[in-house]
Amino acid sequence: MWTKEVVDMILKGIQETVYMTLLSTLMGYIIGLPMGVLLAVSDKDGLKPNRVLYRILDVIANIVRSIPFLILLILLIPFTRLVVGKSYGSTATVVPLVIAAGPFIARMVESSLKEVDEGVIEAARSMGAGNFRIIMKVLLVEARTSLINGATIAVGTILGYSAMAGTIGGGGLGDIAIRYGYHRYQADIMIVTVVLLVILVQIFQMVGTTLANRLDKRR
Amino acid sequence: MAEILIENVSKSYVSKDGSVQALKNVNLAIESGDIFGIIGMSGAGKSTLVRCMNFLEVPTEGTVSIRGKALSDLSEKELRKEREKIGMIFQHFNLLMQKSVLENICFPLYIQGKRKGEARKRAMELLRIVGLEDKAKAYPAQLSGGQKQRVAIARALASDPKILLCDEATSALDPQTTSSILKLLEEINRNLQITIVIITHQMSVVREICTKVAILKDGEVVEEGSVEDIFNHPKSQVAKELILTDGSQETDLKPLIQSGDKVRIVFSENSAFEPVIANMILKFHEPVNILKADTKNVGGVAKGEMILQFPGDSEKAEAMKQYLRERGLAIGEVTDSVD
Repeated sequence: MWTKEVVDMILKGIQETVYMTLLSTLMGYIIGLPMGVLLAVSDKDGLKPNRVLYRILDVIANIVRSIPFLILLILLIPFTRLVVGKSYGSTATVVPLVIAAGPFIARMVESSLKEVDEGVIEAARSMGAGNFRIIMKVLLVEARTSLINGATIAVGTILGYSAMAGTIGGGGLGDIAIRYGYHRYQADIMIVTVVLLVILVQIFQMVGTTLANRLDKRR
Repeated sequence: MAEILIENVSKSYVSKDGSVQALKNVNLAIESGDIFGIIGMSGAGKSTLVRCMNFLEVPTEGTVSIRGKALSDLSEKELRKEREKIGMIFQHFNLLMQKSVLENICFPLYIQGKRKGEARKRAMELLRIVGLEDKAKAYPAQLSGGQKQRVAIARALASDPKILLCDEATSALDPQTTSSILKLLEEINRNLQITIVIITHQMSVVREICTKVAILKDGEVVEEGSVEDIFNHPKSQVAKELILTDGSQETDLKPLIQSGDKVRIVFSENSAFEPVIANMILKFHEPVNILKADTKNVGGVAKGEMILQFPGDSEKAEAMKQYLRERGLAIGEVTDSVD
């Protein structure tokens, strides 16, 4: 069974999965990071409490996160087609992945920022720092380790979602696993893809943990 | 003109169980060059009061003026500018844990728009003042509590403040470290002409460096004056309690006191170095019990206090008290406040 075609297909699958995961995480952070900062800042104990803003973001985050990803994938098909011109393949999968990842990332950013010691924020304020500086130079810096750990979790989750997108022709290793393992009963290829997915998650996790530890100056 | 003028300041918080009044009509004038202590038990409103001085807490009523300028008249931007001139240090130091010592001290300089090179040069000077020039590259987690507070002091001094607010700055430190930090604060007050406000619950801190003190209880100033006056002639109950419990956390008075007349005696200018108690015992042949003794250097003058217990059935107690009075000691009765 290890013909050149199968090997090429698996190699392409790895490439697509990595591409989808990393691009979606990156774009997820473009949405999720500011959204998470706004959630943390506008909450009632935040730097600038704003109930209306918090409620709006809170509801958006909850709605998106409560829709099962597979359903979101299907619901978003028209939107995806509008954005990338087609609804299958790895680039098309990035669209629903970003929509799902954004609020998820926002929640993690929010909780990381809320861990920052109140006292340090107060000290910055006593030195005459404004809110923007406190966000950029205190919150995001002090929460660095927690943010990186959050990002590592996000990568793992998005990688899992990307595999799910295989059911509707999303490309990547998940797609191969479903096509061969489920539709054609070729368990060997399925097992190989699953093992590869496990290895990928391990690598991402290791890189994330190492980075977080290396950048943590608290020890 | 007072450096910090607090007029009719009240502060109340709204909580679940109604409103809590943290400060009630507080009036204080802190003069330039003072080391002003504000002392009280926990929950007395000290921390709220000190935060009103840089408007981290905005008073519900009354005005706070810094060199004649009312903080409530300032815009948000002007207020931030004013805060740069008011340094603050905290009980738990509140350093940026992910930044090096040097970068921590540079932080307020960056707020002022200083460039990196210039800020670092200034930060190194400040590290020299606090005696930590070899720790520039260390991270706060690698420092001891006393060293962290020194970094915090250097950071607070970076923007050349006129005022330094200290919120329980020595409460998390051991006695030796406390006194080295207090010495540093005293030097800063003297050499840099910075007015210092010290919030504390430890009378020993007030006695060691403050020139003036205000005693706060339940959000009100119950007594105010020079440290010397309050130590020698405390009027309020709280003042007496604070002086009495001062430094005695480790010595439990209770089991020692059973019966007999207890008196608190206070040493002033010339009496502390005369062996007055020993002489008294020799003269009266009475076994006087010393329950507590504490003498220290206050503002260059030897000051101290002792709590003596006369034997329960002694007829000579009055005569002994008279003997002590004749030698220039102030005597106060100690009643149930010892417990």
